[in-house]
Amino acid sequence: MSSPTIEAGSTTPLPTREPVVALAGVHRSFGTNPALAGLDLVVPAGTITVLLGPNGAGKTTAARVVTGALAPDRGTVRVFGLDPAVDGESVRRRCGVVSAKPALYDRLSGRDNLAYSAELYGLGRGADATDRIEAAAARFGIVHALAQQVGGYSTGMKTRLALARSVLHRPDLLLFDEPTSGLDPESSHAVLELIREMPATGATVIMCTHLLLEAEGLADQVVVLDQGRDRVAGSPGELARRFWPAAVVRIDAEDRAGLRRALAADPRVAAVDDGDEPALPLTVSVDDHGRIPDLVFALTAAGVRVTRVEPFTPSLEDLYFAVRDGWAGDAVPVDETPLFEGKLSSGNRLGRRFGDPFSASPAGRR
Amino acid sequence: MDGGRVLTVARTDLRQLAQARDFWGPMVALGGLFFLVIPTVLLLMITRIDDVQIVEQLSTTLEVLPQRAQDAILGSTPNARAAYALAVYLFAPVAVVVPLTISTAVGAATIVGERERGTGEFLAHSPASVREIYLGKLIASLAPGLGTVLIGFGLYSVLVNVLVGPSVGGWFFPTTQWWVLMLWVVPPFLGLTLAMVLRLSAKVKSTAAAQQASGLISLPMIMIAYTQSSGALYTGVAVSWVIGALAWLGAALALSRGMRSVTRARLLGVADEA
Repeated sequence: MSSPTIEAGSTTPLPTREPVVALAGVHRSFGTNPALAGLDLVVPAGTITVLLGPNGAGKTTAARVVTGALAPDRGTVRVFGLDPAVDGESVRRRCGVVSAKPALYDRLSGRDNLAYSAELYGLGRGADATDRIEAAAARFGIVHALAQQVGGYSTGMKTRLALARSVLHRPDLLLFDEPTSGLDPESSHAVLELIREMPATGATVIMCTHLLLEAEGLADQVVVLDQGRDRVAGSPGELARRFWPAAVVRIDAEDRAGLRRALAADPRVAAVDDGDEPALPLTVSVDDHGRIPDLVFALTAAGVRVTRVEPFTPSLEDLYFAVRDGWAGDAVPVDETPLFEGKLSSGNRLGRRFGDPFSASPAGRR
Repeated sequence: MDGGRVLTVARTDLRQLAQARDFWGPMVALGGLFFLVIPTVLLLMITRIDDVQIVEQLSTTLEVLPQRAQDAILGSTPNARAAYALAVYLFAPVAVVVPLTISTAVGAATIVGERERGTGEFLAHSPASVREIYLGKLIASLAPGLGTVLIGFGLYSVLVNVLVGPSVGGWFFPTTQWWVLMLWVVPPFLGLTLAMVLRLSAKVKSTAAAQQASGLISLPMIMIAYTQSSGALYTGVAVSWVIGALAWLGAALALSRGMRSVTRARLLGVADEA
């Protein structure tokens, strides 16, 4: 199966409106472990920005800093033009968050989970809140399960409920941290479709993921993070042009030697890469995609029997590895997730008289 | 601060507790045992003893009470006096022990539990301030204890009046000291203990550790509350007012310190600011 490619539509330049999120030189450490080390991030309004990076790159910490759930050690954070450390309530009231773990109350019903959020976000307990709960549940396809305890939900249903909860108060900024974590492909697809629709409602979306396929075709802007820093940012189209300034086409022919000679003689061809595998077609760089038909015509006219012409459109995966290779070569990225350094408890002995009354799991209840 | 959000947090915690039958079942049994079963058995035995020697021994033991307390004992027969003393003086500490135990068990899990279940992430990103979250959790932990005090106290009052009242000239309970104890002395002790337990709950790594540590805190607190409440009953209403006032002061200080222990970083379960 061929990997999906960066969509033509995504080459549109990002809007130049006032950014919803602006982070400049943000540092945040946990003990001696730096999670963010000078992160710069600008998220334009009404776009989907994907924070891409390996585990421990700082994606989750970045999202937490945006809502003010975590304060930065250094640097400037502005969300809707406000500093979350000062105007935290105003910022958080306009944000909707879905974390990697759905963060739902298992002992409560789906409806009670949504009602709790509605009340905390100032929607109250009246008819309007009820209508919004019903509408959000309908939008994410979980109306039928609203009366059930969330502890009995499947992972997919929990994610849908978490998504419904995040949009209940009609936030201006949505932050999704690995939203398809643990979902089957069908549910993942459904969730990504729902996220794709969100800018149409006027919302700005930041999605953290390490899954390249998830971001494909979804992102207006891609920010590749590594070791707490933004390595590269831009629309997928812009980034593709930055890393592959020439148009690339893979060409093969019955007579490989004749093909090489014809390509060498053609002025449109900027470079030819034989690659390491003789069985693979030649990778040919030309100055413009529009000249590929002319090139094929010229090759045919020169007597080359062309068997394959495949214009290469880089996928996000190609882009990610091109970016990564730029800073790390072929090295496997180091997982910099902060480690717990405290003494691990072996659990309870004499002192634990009762289980956790809020936990729905047998382990929690003892 | 938004009082509505405080109540929302408290109400949601209590709603979860209401769903946890495996939690409140044993709690109801504990309250029933101390407020109803044990007093019923003991008071029935005392009021129906016919053995003169045992009754005289019981009357003798009443002499260990302070003179003021002895003077206040009603009843004309040794059985009645012993039953009155038992009902008014000896069961008082139970009114402190049971609610403290119940509230401590709830409070220990309340903040660290959010972190363990991942719901702390939801609260950390919500518009609720940490103060609102703390107070909501405090109310949710206090409510089961205070509820136990009110219901247990009510049932106990009916019980002792029915069993002992006929021997001492009619309904006599609650006495003034008991009213002061229940409404003025017990609540601040609950608050003081919970302030420490919630602080622990915010700081420790797991619910198990919170419960283990809260056991170490609540036991001395129960001892203090036990002795102070007994002392308040034996020495008169004025002393009860003083003990209660000191306990309220301690509770206020502990709660203000405890409030600072809850941070968004701790709700998220990440290392705190230096």
